[in-house]
Amino acid sequence: MSTLAVHDHGVAHHDDHGHEHHHNQSFLSKYVFSMDHKMISKQFLITGITMAVIAMILSILFRIQLAYPDKTFPLLTTLLGRFAPNGRISADFYLSLVTIHGTIMVFFVLTAGLSGTFANLLIPLQIGARDMASPFMNMLSYWFFFIASLIMLSSFLVQKGPASGGWTIYPPLSALPKAMPGSGMGMTLWLISMVFFIASSLIGGINYVSTVLNMRTKGMDLWKMPLTIWALFLTAILGMLAFPVLVAGVVLLIFDRSFGTSFYLSDIVLNGVQQPYEGGSPILFQHLFWFLGHPEVYIVIMPAMGISSEVMSVNSRKPIFGYHAMVYSLIGITVLSFIVWGHHMFVTGMNPFLGGVFMITTLIIAVPSAVKTFNWLATLWRGNIRFTPAMLFAIGMVSFFISGGLTGIFLGNATLDINLHDTYFVVAHFHLVMGSAAIFGMLAGVYHWFPKMFGKMMDEKLGYLHFWLTFIGAYLVFFPMHFMGLDGVPRRYYAFTEFVSMQRWLTVNTFVTWAAIMAACAQVAFLYNFITSIFIGKKATQNPWESNTLEWTTPVEHLHGNWPGEIPTVYRWPYDYSKPGAEEDYIPQTVPYSQTMSSNLPHDFEDNPKGLEELNKFTATLKANEQVK
Amino acid sequence: MLLGTNVLMAQTEAAAGAGGQPEAPQVDWTGVAYYLLLFFLVCLGVAVVGKILKIYDLTLKIQGKKGMKWNTVMAVLCLVFLVVGLYGAYWSFTVQGSMTLPEAASAHGVKIDEMFTVTTVLTMIVFFATQILLFTFLFNYRHSEKRRAHFLPHNNTIEKVWTIAPAIVLTILVVFGFFTWQKIMDNSDAKGEVAAINVDITGHQFAWELRYPGKDGKLGPKDFKMVSAANKLGVNFKKKSSFDDLTVDTMYLPVNRAVRLNIQAQDVIHSVYMPHFRVQLNAVPGLPTFFKFTPTITTAQMRTKLDDPKFEYLVYCNKICGGGHYNMQKVVRVVTEAEYQAWLSRQKPYLSDQLRKELHFAAADQPKTGIQNRLALNN
Repeated sequence: MSTLAVHDHGVAHHDDHGHEHHHNQSFLSKYVFSMDHKMISKQFLITGITMAVIAMILSILFRIQLAYPDKTFPLLTTLLGRFAPNGRISADFYLSLVTIHGTIMVFFVLTAGLSGTFANLLIPLQIGARDMASPFMNMLSYWFFFIASLIMLSSFLVQKGPASGGWTIYPPLSALPKAMPGSGMGMTLWLISMVFFIASSLIGGINYVSTVLNMRTKGMDLWKMPLTIWALFLTAILGMLAFPVLVAGVVLLIFDRSFGTSFYLSDIVLNGVQQPYEGGSPILFQHLFWFLGHPEVYIVIMPAMGISSEVMSVNSRKPIFGYHAMVYSLIGITVLSFIVWGHHMFVTGMNPFLGGVFMITTLIIAVPSAVKTFNWLATLWRGNIRFTPAMLFAIGMVSFFISGGLTGIFLGNATLDINLHDTYFVVAHFHLVMGSAAIFGMLAGVYHWFPKMFGKMMDEKLGYLHFWLTFIGAYLVFFPMHFMGLDGVPRRYYAFTEFVSMQRWLTVNTFVTWAAIMAACAQVAFLYNFITSIFIGKKATQNPWESNTLEWTTPVEHLHGNWPGEIPTVYRWPYDYSKPGAEEDYIPQTVPYSQTMSSNLPHDFEDNPKGLEELNKFTATLKANEQVK
Repeated sequence: MLLGTNVLMAQTEAAAGAGGQPEAPQVDWTGVAYYLLLFFLVCLGVAVVGKILKIYDLTLKIQGKKGMKWNTVMAVLCLVFLVVGLYGAYWSFTVQGSMTLPEAASAHGVKIDEMFTVTTVLTMIVFFATQILLFTFLFNYRHSEKRRAHFLPHNNTIEKVWTIAPAIVLTILVVFGFFTWQKIMDNSDAKGEVAAINVDITGHQFAWELRYPGKDGKLGPKDFKMVSAANKLGVNFKKKSSFDDLTVDTMYLPVNRAVRLNIQAQDVIHSVYMPHFRVQLNAVPGLPTFFKFTPTITTAQMRTKLDDPKFEYLVYCNKICGGGHYNMQKVVRVVTEAEYQAWLSRQKPYLSDQLRKELHFAAADQPKTGIQNRLALNN
């Protein structure tokens, strides 16, 4: 049905400029209010990258404060004005920086930027659909996200600064405007922005799920879908089930802030003045927040896992090891991620028995994660590895996922969490396992599908430079933080000058800041590469990576509806790389088994007795021929 | 380069003083320009190296050779990264690892540390094994035109093994973790055990308030509605147990005796964090929380152990609570029983003269003869 709609859409704009080969659309409907999934994915990507750069600059600002707590930088006053009086970032603004850095990175970059870009690009292209189930909703999803981004950034313009209660915005701190400057107008904007963001995420998610379920091309059954689609599909389900709970939490917080209710507030004396709130519980908010918040970290990492699986398989020239196990572990993670949220709350005053239960579920979720890691390693084993920049980033993702995932075993254990909770150990843990790993997955995707998105190739050498500087930089930044955490250094501290025992970490902090600045500078290589390649990059061939999946059967020049003729039919799974007996080291999904008799295996016909019969006949003839010889 | 920062980018205190006025302070543009220039030069360097590589690559191709073998270069870099990374990790573990917390100064902390050691050993084996495999695979199986990858879509046996193996290890960790956790979080006094000392610790922006019970060993109840200038904690003096409570400045604890912290917050969430004792629990407005632990090493002993005559145990705030979050500390001194008793006898009652006055006025408004009598008795 939507296929028809897409065609109609194309026809309706015949009378416009027509400066492109295949499109007859106005600038506005082509680049701005586009309903084409490929254009929307570019919009998500470019907005996502912009937000990432902003959030990265924020992180450099607070890293400067941590490295040089006693020094003054007049430039900061010039740039930030009242937020950095006398050349030093103020304590309140420091917390704003941390809060907005976290919010933007988690939601705007790694949720919308990652899922939005690749779900939009890959779902129709890899399952063989002409567009999303609802192109209009798809457009809305982007514009809600754009509005949310603007509102979030606009909070830097309000008098008292942006929200500053941490990205988790625990009340009462976030509920009482008098508790800190950021809990005033800044917090209101944060909440409004998040409502728009969640609307965007839900509209997008519904679209992704319905497209995957209903619009697969002929032959594309669920078990023939690439792992990217599986990951994006399950991510969308996760988001649809989890985000509404955050809306509930946010709405109740808005009520507490603006309408005098007491959902989260009770027994409060602020600056010696009793507040009229009674009967609420701050813990309730934490439950609502983390019911989203924990699935959220899997919303962030699962697309990165899917992308890495695909990229590693293509560039190892080997099938992904244990495809079924990979899918089942994704499903396992999806289900389990809903019952582990309490591990963020072991020491918040939640009933300790509940803590014990959450500890059990949390450590169970480590099993599918371990399976995925081992399967990636097995995919590389005896491969024929091509080091494209995408491949390097996928490898980096695996390395970070291991390093950061293992420390999760410490934090998921309630007993150990007592002393590690809210220390730099946690900062190190999640920046590796979901921050760096997810952003590396995203970058792998950008390098890999750039030819599909823009029809141009990115420069490989700059990609190599970008990878190594970022990879080494991220380890240099986050590895030492584990040890700060083990020394009991708390996170979200404006300066480590007031505690004698923390002063010895100052040199480490300076080192970390310089590593961060180096990694940030390395992103210039990426941005330069990204922007120039769009305009002056080498023209891409149709299937530059010799990949099996459907998106590489579409023409390089984008056209509305993706395939010029009929949508191709799918005959096989996407991972027939280096199959013995095949001519090339890859067999695209669109090649029927009848054309590859020499490489077919009995395993290919598990649920196809007729095909198996044919194969047996073929092998029998082959043997007979050999005997004759 | 780091030295250059100190000299050029950062301004001295004098400059900070000059910038005190709301007017935009003098910006040392030379410092900024220096860094921009430096960055520009690095970019230029990268561009030059890039061009040289390109020319080299082209010359190779003109000569009929295959051009730069980037796959091999990357594979070698992966191996180099592995070796340097392993050394870096080792260095970090030994140098920075030695800067971490000293041994646990509480009974349950020892158990936490044991569990930490076991978890560290197990996870580090996996860490080193997987990272070494990852990067050696990358080097060993780098691209070659001559061969094809090994077609291996799955192997059910090995997949079962590496599903079950982590499951077993995690089960062991969970079981131990679960029981230890239950034991640590149990804050009731067991039968026959000497009753724990109740210490009331209340967080507000940005300080901790302490209250000790008097001879009755019981802390009087609190009610946020009774908070006033003289009754900062809102202790309810309708109850008898409130009258002998003590207000103290430093948390003194007798060694080897159980202490139960009665934790609460007045305004926003705070967190009582005493890393040396492996104690942490949030202070939540409206929800009293409790943490029972037994200190085992006195401050004096710890000072000798660490060879630091100024060492103090501290309470930190470990939940973001506002601008002063980074400096919300309270000193804790673990002393012998005798020292503790001596110290306790010197502490002032919570019911200060000012508070008496205030309560007297209150009593005049509403007839509460009972309280007044008791007040008189206490005098």
